Amino acid sequence: MTPWLVIGGMGVITFATRLSLILLAGRVTLPAIVWRAMRFVAPAVLAALVVSPILQPAGTLDLSAGNERLLAATLAGIVAWRANNALLTIGLGMAALWILQWVRP
Amino acid sequence: MSSPRSEFLAGIRAELPLLLGVTPFGLIYGALALEAGIPAGPALAMSSLVFAGSAQFVATQLFSAGAPAAVILFTTLVVNLRHILYSASMAPHLRPLRPIWKWLLAYLLTDEAYAVTITHYGARDHPSTAPKHWYALGAGLALWSTWQTSTAAGILLGAQIPPVWQLDFALPLTFLALLRASLTDRPAVAAAVAAGVTAVLAASLPFRVGLVLAALVGMAVGLWAERR
Repeated sequence: MTPWLVIGGMGVITFATRLSLILLAGRVTLPAIVWRAMRFVAPAVLAALVVSPILQPAGTLDLSAGNERLLAATLAGIVAWRANNALLTIGLGMAALWILQWVRP
Repeated sequence: MSSPRSEFLAGIRAELPLLLGVTPFGLIYGALALEAGIPAGPALAMSSLVFAGSAQFVATQLFSAGAPAAVILFTTLVVNLRHILYSASMAPHLRPLRPIWKWLLAYLLTDEAYAVTITHYGARDHPSTAPKHWYALGAGLALWSTWQTSTAAGILLGAQIPPVWQLDFALPLTFLALLRASLTDRPAVAAAVAAGVTAVLAASLPFRVGLVLAALVGMAVGLWAERR
């Protein structure tokens, strides 16, 4: 499968979700539970995307202090929770990883 | 009295603060796409063909993990489900417009453009006869051009960034920052925790179906927490 086909498919799917009810409003109705569930899509998907590369950097669960990415992400998580600032979270997380690497080569 | 021109410019103005926040994400996406093994041409084209930051980041991660096309496409659908909500809430405002406007504004319907546009449509002190679709177009195009240029810059500069910088770590950090912004109440936190635990437990499943499974479990737990 070439990247082009995948990207074309992604484009069609994304556009379809955006156009869906602008075009179909009044003609289709979705069950109420679907609407209520949709607001949990973002927190659920994002949480799943965060934990895997941080807790399982090499494929297996690594909760040891040797997992530098876990340490840096924990700091970034605290910053994110307190400040709720994207750039600060990313900046301090990256800086923490660089410092940890430099201190323990 | 507001003209199409003044609405268009007001849309751009309202979008400006968001552009500051979006630019670094465009740069990071461009650099990460190359690192994930996506050639520069398709990586750049994704920004105009797909034009959805979170879906592009997720696809980049799945590409580098060697996930099959079907998983990437299904994940794109799951990540973009929220756009159906945006589409529904824009629909009544766009109903009188010609189809070309509906298609164009649907293409430009991102999180950032939706946020400022729906606020403008909801503003009560504004005359209802105002051509507000020009406002939506201004906000949408401002974001579109910023996303295209920052992505291109990321692709150009990305190839020159040494691997020791571990730029790929910026991706989980980006998701972490977006995750924090999405945790607006207790049910949302419950959905995130359930999805995170599921993702770790399901990590050994093939084709990274763990991500979709985690999303579905998270949504179910969110609904359950809301009812309590």
